[in-house]
Amino acid sequence: MYAALWRALPGPWPVRLAIVLALLVLTAYLLIFHVYPWVMQTFFPTPDPTFAGSDRRSSAIA
Amino acid sequence: MAASDARARRSARPRRRATVSSVLGELLLTAGVLALGYAGWQVWLSDAVLGEQQQQAARAFAAELVPGAPAVADASAALRTDEPPVEDRAADRESFAVMHIPRLDEFERVVGEGTSRAVLDSLEQGLAHYRESAMPGGLGNFAVAGHRNGQGGPFTHLDEMRIGDRIYVQTASAWHVYAFRNHEYVPPTAVGVVAPVPQMPHVPADGRYLTLTTCNPEWSAAGRLIAYATWVGWQSAEDGMPLELAATLGRA
Repeated sequence: MYAALWRALPGPWPVRLAIVLALLVLTAYLLIFHVYPWVMQTFFPTPDPTFAGSDRRSSAIA
Repeated sequence: MAASDARARRSARPRRRATVSSVLGELLLTAGVLALGYAGWQVWLSDAVLGEQQQQAARAFAAELVPGAPAVADASAALRTDEPPVEDRAADRESFAVMHIPRLDEFERVVGEGTSRAVLDSLEQGLAHYRESAMPGGLGNFAVAGHRNGQGGPFTHLDEMRIGDRIYVQTASAWHVYAFRNHEYVPPTAVGVVAPVPQMPHVPADGRYLTLTTCNPEWSAAGRLIAYATWVGWQSAEDGMPLELAATLGRA
């Protein structure tokens, strides 16, 4: 799969390497600032810092 | 010549066919790298990334809280210790204040009403006001919860507060100034920390307190870390940011 991607890139190997590095940087940027934040907010709630029973109405939401 | 040699050598090498299992293997490796990346991100980068978003949101919210107020108060606007203006109750999930804690590194966060996940996990807010506790500057206890880690983790370093550290609560009508007094480590059942007089649930309000609650130890809900502060005074919101805070932040 990645070998096919490497062959599909244009130019001699230094150009391909530069393109691959640019793609890696772009992927990392998207992961760090968009994908991972979404994953955390959607699937990994952090422990509740409040007190059980201190706020009855909102504990139903939590 | 050299280029054609290289091409000849490359084509001479037998090209391995991509099989179902080789593609599957590469996909699994990729998934592993992404998952490890997430784990590392959550531990080392999440609070910087999400916290920065909350910080920016707080800055924008604070800027339009009092239209026309000067950015920084002049020297004539001193801290007042008379009766502060009464703050109106906010609607559920409504943003109504910005908290500034210089000890937590230029910390600015929006306080939303009610300790729901919607407020605690919000990238626009992050700090959640206990609905039944007093409003900022009010007689009793202004109690606020925030995550220790994750979802912006506003209170990661709450354990580093030192006696006398200022906590500024900015609303549409006033800047309420509190001074940090002490920490307390309690179990998650210690509801008394948000009582009008902290830990004295049967005593009627006798002063103006501020209580911050967060998780302890880090990444765990096994206990709670509490930071108490007492009211020092207030300044009108029309005056702009108190000079003392502006000086601390280097904005004076």
